[in-house]
Parts: sequence; C-alpha cells; structure tokens
Amino acid sequence: MAKELVAFRNLETHFKTSAGTVKAVNDVSFSIREGETLCVVGESGCGKSVTAMSLMQLIESPPGKIVGGEIFFEGKDLLKLSKKDMSRLRGKEIAMIFQEPMSSLNPVFTIGKQITEPLLYHLNMTQKEAKARAIELITMVGIPRPEKIFHSYPHELSGGMRQRIMIAIALSCDPKLLIADEPTTALDVTIQAQILDLMRDIKTKRNTAIMMITHDLGVVAEMADFVVVMYAGKVIEEASVLELFREPRHPYTQGLLKAKPVINQRKERLYSIPGQVPNPVDLGENCHFHDRCEFCMEICKTKAPPLRAHIDGHKTACWLYEEEGKAQ
Amino acid sequence: MSQYIIRRLLQMIPTLIGISIIVFAISQLVPGDYITATQNPNLTAERIAQLRALYGLDLPPVQQYFVWAKNMLVGDLGQSLQHQMPVTKVINTYVWNSFIIAFFSFVFSWIIAAFVGVFSAQFQYSFFDKVVTLLVFLLMSLPSFFIGLLAIKYFALDMKLLPTGGMTTAGLNATGWAYIKDVGLHMFMPVVVMTTLSVGGLTRYFRTGMLEVIRQDYIRTARAKGLKERTVIFKHAFRNALLPAITLLGFELPGLFGGAMILERVFNWPGIGQIYLASLNLRDYPLMLGFTMFLAVLTLLGNLISDVLYGVADPRIRLK
Ligand SMILES: Nc1ncnc2c1ncn2[C@@H]1O[C@H](COP(=O)(O)OP(=O)(O)O)[C@@H](O)[C@H]1O
Ligand SMILES: [Mg+2]
Repeated sequence: MAKELVAFRNLETHFKTSAGTVKAVNDVSFSIREGETLCVVGESGCGKSVTAMSLMQLIESPPGKIVGGEIFFEGKDLLKLSKKDMSRLRGKEIAMIFQEPMSSLNPVFTIGKQITEPLLYHLNMTQKEAKARAIELITMVGIPRPEKIFHSYPHELSGGMRQRIMIAIALSCDPKLLIADEPTTALDVTIQAQILDLMRDIKTKRNTAIMMITHDLGVVAEMADFVVVMYAGKVIEEASVLELFREPRHPYTQGLLKAKPVINQRKERLYSIPGQVPNPVDLGENCHFHDRCEFCMEICKTKAPPLRAHIDGHKTACWLYEEEGKAQ
Repeated sequence: MSQYIIRRLLQMIPTLIGISIIVFAISQLVPGDYITATQNPNLTAERIAQLRALYGLDLPPVQQYFVWAKNMLVGDLGQSLQHQMPVTKVINTYVWNSFIIAFFSFVFSWIIAAFVGVFSAQFQYSFFDKVVTLLVFLLMSLPSFFIGLLAIKYFALDMKLLPTGGMTTAGLNATGWAYIKDVGLHMFMPVVVMTTLSVGGLTRYFRTGMLEVIRQDYIRTARAKGLKERTVIFKHAFRNALLPAITLLGFELPGLFGGAMILERVFNWPGIGQIYLASLNLRDYPLMLGFTMFLAVLTLLGNLISDVLYGVADPRIRLK
C-alpha cells in the first residue's frame, strides 16, 4: 500500500456563532495516501469544506478555529508550522480548486497573470519561463489557443473554461495533493463530465493525490479509490469505493446509496432519507443521525458510536455493529 | 475609446443648455438685484434706472438669458458687478487659491483613507478597527466651522505655532522659497481641517469596499495559492476595492475648484468659495451664474473622467 500523505487525527474545527458553537468538524480522523483519490461525501453542511479548509489553514477566524487534533502532511504536523512555512506549502505542495468557477478568478487580472503568479512566487521562475509554463498548462487542461487565453480576462471565458483554468493554476507547481471542493457542482452536466475526465487524466498521468469533495455519488463512483462519508461534522463510515458500494454498513450510507437513481431500475419515486440534517449548533454527544435512523436504539440517543473497523479497511461508526448495540 | 469620449462630450451640450436655463430661471426668481442688494441710500430713482440699463437688468428675462448665453458661447461670462472686472478674471484670480488647499487635502485624505480603511477592514472588529470606526463617526459629525475655530484657538492663538488666517503674512513681500514657506504655513491649518473633515467618510467607504471584496471567492483563491497576505490584500483585494472609488474620484473634480465657503471664511482664505458666497448675497448675477456654469461643466467632466477611468481599470467594462 502506498505511503500515507495526509493524516487527519481527531481534528476539531469549531465556529463561534451568536446562536452557539458549531462543531463543524468534530473529531475527524482519516488519511489520504500518495496518488490516491479520496472522496469525501455527505449532505451539504456536514463539514466537508471546513475539513479541507482546515488542511489549507484558511479557516476564517473569527468565527472559526481549529481547536484540537493534528493534520499531518508528509509526517509534519501542519498545525505546528509557522504561517510562513504554511504559505510555502499552500499552492505548491497542496493546491485547491473550488465550487464556484465563475467567481474564483480575480476579475481584474488576466488569466496569464493569475496562472504565472504561483510560478513566479513559489518556483522563482522568470517571467519568460513562467509564461511558457502557463501556456503548457493551459494546453494541458484542454483549452485551445492558449496564447489568446493567456491574455484574456476571466469574464471572457465560460464556467467550464474557468474551472479548467483553476485546475491549471492548481497544478502549476506540481502539487502532491489536489483538493477539489465540489469542482463540478456549479457546472452543466456535459461540462461536468469533461471536467471529471480531466481530473481522471490528472490522476492517472501525474499520480497526484486528490481529495475530492462531493455530494454526488455518481462522481464518487467514477473518481474515488477510497471514500469517507461524513455526517454532521463526523466521519461515520470509510471504505474503499468498491467495498462501500458493495456493502454500505452505516444506515446513512445505505440511505445515500438508495437515494441514488439507478438506470434500468426506475422506481415510482426516488428514495430520500426521511427527516433533515440536525441543527449544527450545540449538538449533543449522541449519534447525530439517530432521529432519522430506522434502526435507532436507546444507546444511539445518549452515546456517540466510535468509528471502528469491523471488517478490514472498512470503518463504521454505528452501534449496530458494537457489542453494546447488539445486546439491545 | 476616443469615439466614446467625443460622443460623451457632445451629449454634454444639451445637458449644459438645460442647466443654464434652470440656473438662470432660479436667479430670476430670487427677489432683488445687484442695485437693491447694495442698499445704497444715495442712489436716486433716476440713477437706479440708469444703472439697470447699463447692466442690462432692464431687459425682459428671456432676452437677458440669450444675451448671457450668447456671450458664454464665445467664452465671455460677462462683467462682475461687484468686482468690476470680467467674471473669468475673477474666477481665475481666486480659484487657484481654493485649488491648492483642496488639492492637498484631497491627496492626503485619499491616501490616509485608503490605508486606514484597508487595515481596519483587514482586521475587522479588532481594537484598531473599533477605534477607527469611532473616530470616523466623530469626524463625520463635526461641523467644519467648529473644528476650524478650535484649531485657530489652540494652534494660532494659544500656542502661536501658526498664523490665524489669510494666505500670506501682511507686509511680508517674500519671494521664491520664503513665499512658498509663508503660504505653506498659512495653508497648514485649512488643509489639515479639510482633510480631517473628508477623511472620515472616505475611510468608511474604503473599509466597506474592502470588506466586500475580502469575502469574495477570488480572494480565497489567492490565499490558496499561498501568496503572502500582503500580496493578497494590496494586489488582489485592493485593486478590486478601488473600482467603486473611481466613481467617487470623478465627483472630486468640482470639489477641487469649487472652494470651501465656510472654511475659507473661518481661515480668511482668499478663495473662490468666499467670493461665490458674496456674489450670492450681493446678487452679482454674472459672477454667480458664471461660476455655477463653471462648476456644472466640471461636474459633467468629472463624471466623464470617472467613467473613462472605470473603463480603463475594470476589464469587464468596454466603453463603446
Ligand atoms: N464562516 C462560518 N461561520 C459559521 N459557521 C460556519 C462557517 N463556515 C462553515 N460553518 C458551519 O460549518 C458547517 C459545515 O460547513 P461546510 O464544511 O461548509 O459544509 P459542506 O459539507 O457543505 O462543505 C455548517 O454547518 C456551517 O454552518
Ligand atoms: Mg462545501
């Protein structure tokens, strides 16, 4: 098995809001191995972006703060790095693309300027070298006439093109990890497929590890090697993609998979998990899914289940698989 | 671009005609004229009629308007009744005095406001930001005559650091550097007071603009690239925050030449603002109307300049 590149250990990222403390990331642990594509899935608001932003250390503070845990990158605890050392990693070793390609590029600078910026800054290239490299990158992400694009402004490009440019910027310094936070959510379906193709290309050709955030199980099925399922700030299940699709164990994961439309099996209505995501403010110590769970037991309402591997490499946080739960 | 500018300049013509009609009409609605406003008890009715005929005040208003407008077309704003010289000459004599204090306070207030606004946005809710916000409201609510007089009392009368008013020391016939130094000393307080008065609102403007920009996705992108915070703020954010300020920049143009009526009175500064005020009181219509038209032209030009600058600074805007 490949070497571990990133490891979250008991990460706690909280937001202080006027309504109370939001434990957006609550005791999250998982690892990403070199060259692996790991998908983080879960409903909106479950803490996927905050987990990624904690890794980048770009949590808006206040109100947010990483209050506990460790994030290792190649064995170094990022949370112990100085601001300067962290900013050297950012954009160079760890790059990130976002959900909103339309607003993620600075409207007043040319594409060329925005692509060459990290090259000049992190790799100390000359203007000329940087330009040549930028043209290469634009070509690589599949945009024709790179010379013209280099001198264009973001508003002259479509959403799909802009996301390609974001990918080009992210890949400019050949990062070891690429974080993609819902990179296709804001795009048309056909463009989505193209962007996913591009990402898969990157994965196979460059062996970059990818942390892909999505709520779309279709994307997971296409991209992931390994999957982490989050619910209300906690990891509730993790497994390899095949394992997870073959045997989802947590009732929430099962619900998610059931909610996914499958061709040839058209049903009257698509399944949806009953109930709603709990209010993230001041969540208690219990299984946060308990009030939506059809297997809910007494213990689920009072105690949070531990995340444990009951099968090799497949971890689940659910009382159904624990002695305490089985006893009931 | 040049086509755009030419079209905009042509569009100014009907606007200016409209403005000239309106200001002229208003001047006609104001009761009294120069003769009655001088309140000279020695004037006989006969002499008054003579003077009215001399100044063209006896003509019907419509005719007066056309005489005025026709002269204006060839750059003649008429004779100032009060100063007994051409209006253009009166304006030219005093406007530069107003301009120098307005210009320096413009430069200082924009630089200070930009820096303070940016920093207080960057550290929103910090102690610095709170102090700035408090000061801004304090400055914005201070009347100019009040801090003007206060400054005179402390710095000129009590501490005797600076002259109490005027533009030069009476009787000092300095030239060259000595003259510049003398004027500089006299300018100091008016410039400081004017800067103080305008810096509050501007700071708030920059702070709000920066806060707006800092929340944008592209700032997050810039941070994710690992750029220094300084680069993120002063390059990526500030460039964008400046865009709305450009509009404001155009509006400053008439202000640079318009004079500051109250402050010029307080500091006894021989600026156009004081002269303009006097022309209103004395019903010196040629001067009053002429200067009003001058300000109208500057306002329209300022508008045009801000649109052009905006088009240059924001690649999303293409002027056609
Ligand atoms: N700036 C913020 N201020 C307050 N709460 C926040 C902020 N950012 C995120 N949160 C909270 O953190 C939780 C997780 O958010 P996020 O990670 O963005 O969800 P998602 O899984 O959809 O990416 C949400 O419940 C949200 O309320
Ligand atoms: Mg998100």
